[in-house]
Amino acid sequence: MAEKPRIKVPKEAKKGEVVEIKTLLAHPMESGLRKDDAGALVPRKIINRFTCEFNGALAFACELEPAIAANPYFQFTVRLEESGTFRFTWIDDDGTAIMADETITVA
Amino acid sequence: MVAPTAKEKKMGALSRRAALALGLGTAAALAADPARATPGEADEAIGKFTGGKAAEPGPITIDLPEIAENGTAVPLTVTVESPMTASDRITDVLVVADGNPNPRVATFRFTPMSGRAEVATRIRLNATENVIVVARTGDGRFFTARKEVKVTIGGCGG
Repeated sequence: MAEKPRIKVPKEAKKGEVVEIKTLLAHPMESGLRKDDAGALVPRKIINRFTCEFNGALAFACELEPAIAANPYFQFTVRLEESGTFRFTWIDDDGTAIMADETITVA
Repeated sequence: MVAPTAKEKKMGALSRRAALALGLGTAAALAADPARATPGEADEAIGKFTGGKAAEPGPITIDLPEIAENGTAVPLTVTVESPMTASDRITDVLVVADGNPNPRVATFRFTPMSGRAEVATRIRLNATENVIVVARTGDGRFFTARKEVKVTIGGCGG
């Protein structure tokens, strides 16, 4: 999981503005239903949860099932009242948390 | 009825066995693909989300292609009309695909910071099936909408 998540957040916004955020993480989202070349089931290994916090407060979250496509992509919105930092977290089935931060200036 | 001869008995047994085998084969062929959830499973996932409450048709837009040639990554956008204020907002949105091996797809959690009850992602669809969206409001009401997608190549198995 060396690859950095790709995140699109505007650099600045007006107070009260609803900004659009796009995130993409490189991850196979192994469903647990796929068979390898030898015919054995490949064990499930997915990102089962994704969260977006802003200045420590939860802004958006989701629980994911194997029906989310590989390289999970999310686009959602956040209304901003102040400058601050987004913290994005992806939780893998193996317990690993992948985190990334982005800052935004709100005037 | 004349008592069957030993030979007839044997034939009868054979044909019964053949019929049974045929019947089983046909039943297996007719039975839903084991990789496909039954409608009951989708209903169960929805029932768990709503706590058994009925969901009424609501202001939900499901943006999905009519035909998905490749089921491994089908773009989905869900928009629920809502003022998204602290007192009047959508809190949770469940997405279910009733023909997938596991009908649950995702549950999205919105907050008073969300601004809009809108989310886009890419999902796996196994076959031609319904994508069902259920939204919960802050005051515990449920809205639902569904859309059928025709899938050319399934995106769940091998």
